Amino acid sequence: MIYILLCLAAGIAVGYLARKRTAVKYTGSLLSVTIMLLLFFLGLSVGSNEQVVQNFTAIGLDAFLITVGGTLGSLFCAKWVHKKFF
Amino acid sequence: MKQSFVYLLLFVIGVTVALSGIVPEVLLNKNIATWVLYTLLFLVGIQIGAGKNLFTALKRFGWKVLMIPLATTVGTFAGVALLSLIIPGRSLTDCLSVGAGFAYYSLSSILITEFRGAELGTVALLANIMREFSVLILAPWMVKHFGKLGPISAGGATTMDTTLPVITKYAGPEFVVIALFHGMIIDFTVPLWVSLFLSL
Repeated sequence: MIYILLCLAAGIAVGYLARKRTAVKYTGSLLSVTIMLLLFFLGLSVGSNEQVVQNFTAIGLDAFLITVGGTLGSLFCAKWVHKKFF
Repeated sequence: MKQSFVYLLLFVIGVTVALSGIVPEVLLNKNIATWVLYTLLFLVGIQIGAGKNLFTALKRFGWKVLMIPLATTVGTFAGVALLSLIIPGRSLTDCLSVGAGFAYYSLSSILITEFRGAELGTVALLANIMREFSVLILAPWMVKHFGKLGPISAGGATTMDTTLPVITKYAGPEFVVIALFHGMIIDFTVPLWVSLFLSL
């Protein structure tokens, strides 16, 4: 867990110090490549996991319910903040 | 939108390759994925650190602009906690860690896979992709029924990139700075919340 925070903090420090250098512009593309690589790895571990393959429909339904909860919850709060503060 | 499609495609390719059973053992080694994950977090950090949009919104709207990411966070967790009651077999904290992805499906699914395994990681991937797509498709409906901050809150961490065009179109250009600010704050909190809920 601590490594997550360290990597993130190190990145923020480097990003802040290098914010005026042109090399920073390539972070976005590098990030996309890293994400592609990781999603491929995630696909590999999902495909080689019997439990996930067999329960894919149930997993999809759970994901849908969590999305509905999170999205509607944030929409109601946003409505209240809009009325109250803006 | 096109980028999300490519990401999804790579995931599907990974699944297909694994199902065909031609994966060399070396690739399933967890250490590789872990180091790529650390690289990802480092790069996310650089983007946050080098960004200059963070303070323009604060200057223009003052501190009340902080109320929007707060509303997104509180609303999401409240809604997910409520719905977790009708999801059998999943703990409240597991559901909350999925919700804490705030549509940032790549980072959250990878983090969750790392700490809880591919099953919950897949829930996170699908749930957060759905959240992003809901904004891309339903933004006009959200503005009509929940006001102009609606699609911004619903978009979570994506309001600084993928959902910014639809927010600009349906909420109006005056909300662009707010959307950028909101996206950055939520973006930054995703790994914090996810690792917090997984450690509970």
